[in-house]
Amino acid sequence: MSRPGRDDSPDRLYTLTGGRSRSGPDNPFDLVTLVVAECDPVPGMQSEHAAILRLTERPTAVVEIAAELKLPVSITRILLSDLQAAGRVSARHPRKAAVPDPDILEQVLVGLRNL
Amino acid sequence: MDSATSETRTPLGASADNGLKIVVVGGFGAGKTTMVRSVSEIRPLNTEETMTQAGEAVDDLSGVRGKTATTVAFDFGRITLDAHNVLYLFGAPGQERFWFLWDRLFSGTLGAVVLVDTRRIDDSWYAIDRLEKHGTPFIVACNDFGGPTFTPQQIREALDLDPHVPLVNCDARSRESSKIVLITLVEHIQALYADPARAPRQELV
Ligand SMILES: Nc1nc2c(ncn2[C@@H]2O[C@H](COP(=O)(O)OP(=O)(O)OP(=O)(O)O)[C@@H](O)[C@H]2O)c(=O)[nH]1
Ligand SMILES: [Mg+2]
Repeated sequence: MSRPGRDDSPDRLYTLTGGRSRSGPDNPFDLVTLVVAECDPVPGMQSEHAAILRLTERPTAVVEIAAELKLPVSITRILLSDLQAAGRVSARHPRKAAVPDPDILEQVLVGLRNL
Repeated sequence: MDSATSETRTPLGASADNGLKIVVVGGFGAGKTTMVRSVSEIRPLNTEETMTQAGEAVDDLSGVRGKTATTVAFDFGRITLDAHNVLYLFGAPGQERFWFLWDRLFSGTLGAVVLVDTRRIDDSWYAIDRLEKHGTPFIVACNDFGGPTFTPQQIREALDLDPHVPLVNCDARSRESSKIVLITLVEHIQALYADPARAPRQELV
């Protein structure tokens, strides 16, 4: 399996994101944020944006999008925040808490036991 | 770029809205990918993250353009738990350079499985040390490679393991065995948080 991003020259990544660095702490997209398309791809759209909209017809995690597009996670996050800013995708973020919700833990156990 | 989507994708249900993380760490060849594959509903996928040596500005492209960036690859699988919850299982190396990424990438993880190959116990020291520092709940699973057998006590001593940390044997090739490992971890996490005196608090990034 070829590793994503391996063949991407920094210049290609630079072009994809316009050289911005917006995937720092203020970028809300977690690895497991589930992304959902709010519209269909439109002609003339950047091909990565179009690919993301096709992938996210059903909820799809950021990390799956990165793997499918063969792009580093950080670059994927930037593309996603662009799409979100344009209202083209919505995001279902993981429920973050300093302590996990006991109900969620119980649901995880039930789910695992039912596997 | 080749075809963006593989033909065999298994989409999630439309109501999925809560992604959860469990990380499998361990030394080179300890069986991390094997365990992810055993329990995953999708073929494990591989991706990578890049960050600067300073451990910040993940996509500081000047860092990528200069040669100061570190790239860490990891694989992952997925388990749909119910209509809302989806568990992502990450297989990540235990090596030092990986831990630059830990806070950022795996913040909010429920917990970790440390996979130990008993022929190379030392490989896990660093991972255990970092997990303890980060306050991430973890269990230790010894993967049976047919090497020398040690008593649990010998392994605990070799790893300098806190007596509260569960230690189990497993065969990462077996779905049932890997499932039991995950259940053991989540039960451990439940027990930890049920006891306020012992409950860890993870830094929220
Ligand atoms: N006997 C035995 N072999 C195993 C077990 N788990 C994994 N293996 C084998 O060990 C080899 C390495 O397993 P991987 O799952 O690739 O290990 P890994 O930790 O992902 O390796 P790296 O990502 O390269 O660090 C493979 O050939 C597996 O088939 C086990 O429980 N018992
Ligand atoms: Mg592997």
